[in-house]
Amino acid sequence: MVIKVLGSGCCNCDKLADVAKRAADELGLDATIEKVTDIADIMAYGVMSTPALVIGEEVRIAGRVPSLAEVKTVLARG
Amino acid sequence: MDVFYPLEWLAGWLTFDLFGLERGSRLGEALAFFLYDVPKILLLLVVAVFVVSFVRSYLPPEKTKKYLTRGREWIGNVIGAAVGVVTPFCSCSAVPLFIGFVESGVPLGVTFSFLIASPLVDLVALSLITALFGWKIAAMYFVSGLMVAIIGGFILGRLNLEGEIEEYVWKIRMAEAASPEMTRADRARGAWSEVRTIVGRVWLYVIIGIAIGGLMHGYVPAEVLSRWAGPGNPLAVPVATAFGIPLYSSVAAVIPVAGVLVDKGVAIGAVIALLMATVGLSVPEFIILRKVMKPRLIAIFVGISFVTITITGYLFNWIAPALGA
Repeated sequence: MVIKVLGSGCCNCDKLADVAKRAADELGLDATIEKVTDIADIMAYGVMSTPALVIGEEVRIAGRVPSLAEVKTVLARG
Repeated sequence: MDVFYPLEWLAGWLTFDLFGLERGSRLGEALAFFLYDVPKILLLLVVAVFVVSFVRSYLPPEKTKKYLTRGREWIGNVIGAAVGVVTPFCSCSAVPLFIGFVESGVPLGVTFSFLIASPLVDLVALSLITALFGWKIAAMYFVSGLMVAIIGGFILGRLNLEGEIEEYVWKIRMAEAASPEMTRADRARGAWSEVRTIVGRVWLYVIIGIAIGGLMHGYVPAEVLSRWAGPGNPLAVPVATAFGIPLYSSVAAVIPVAGVLVDKGVAIGAVIALLMATVGLSVPEFIILRKVMKPRLIAIFVGISFVTITITGYLFNWIAPALGA
């Protein structure tokens, strides 16, 4: 499973990547976290507010850093 | 009765009864001010950030940008400024936001109205201003902030500055805007995490701002400030505006100082210009915008904002006494 974190490298993007990593670990998922920092790639997902979380090429969260519990719910839903 | 009366009473009790300082003494007044303002501002900040973030979660830029393509001049600038007020926007999203607007055909002048209004007419700032200065000043701040955004964006739109945007911006293609679904609980949790982030980031600055305000309240004689920056000095407004640009601090930290400046006889227009320049124009924002704009455009943007904020300051000096605010 590939989890992408979109954002131009601000501290919120790092926070989101951390939360996503912890959520995947706690659920025992075999996931790789990929950071997408190129602005053209970010826009290709239709995202204007960063950081954003992309799972299975679908934008699931945008413009905020969600809580660990929320990311776990999103990941569990698949 | 003032809802903050219990806090005021507690601050007075701590200062004058528990610590035994004398009423009317400089140290006593400064400390009472500090002990009253810190919990008051932090409490207001928590409530305001929560409510504003919750409501704003319904209006992400991915959804609101379609309204911005509807009008060009004036109407477009008005919509741009209005959307700027309600759309959540943090300066680290400035680049994707700007590109998203440009790409979907939002005119440059309208985009600028958005970019000026968004930090300037911040709803959290507005609620703090209401609490500390009263609703008349808050309403005037709101209206003049919108005017600055509308007029500034209009002028920038007229200057045909498309050539001053970095070329790569025009080449980016955006996918259909994604706005993931959220439940009400998600929004509430999101708003709460926003409270923790914002209050966690600014609480120290708030305390420093109030400490400075408290010291000024107790120690700076009113004659000094009103002589230098009172309504009698026409240069006070532009100087205050210029002073506000490099002053990049949280609005929650500046507002308590602004309140004391007004109490000490500084012209209201100069204080409002200082506030607007501090929250509306900041060097970190220019650095981020530099990724999409050429330096000349940033200079023009700053220049026009400076002029419109200064004019607004003069208007405040002129209107505020008439309204008895």
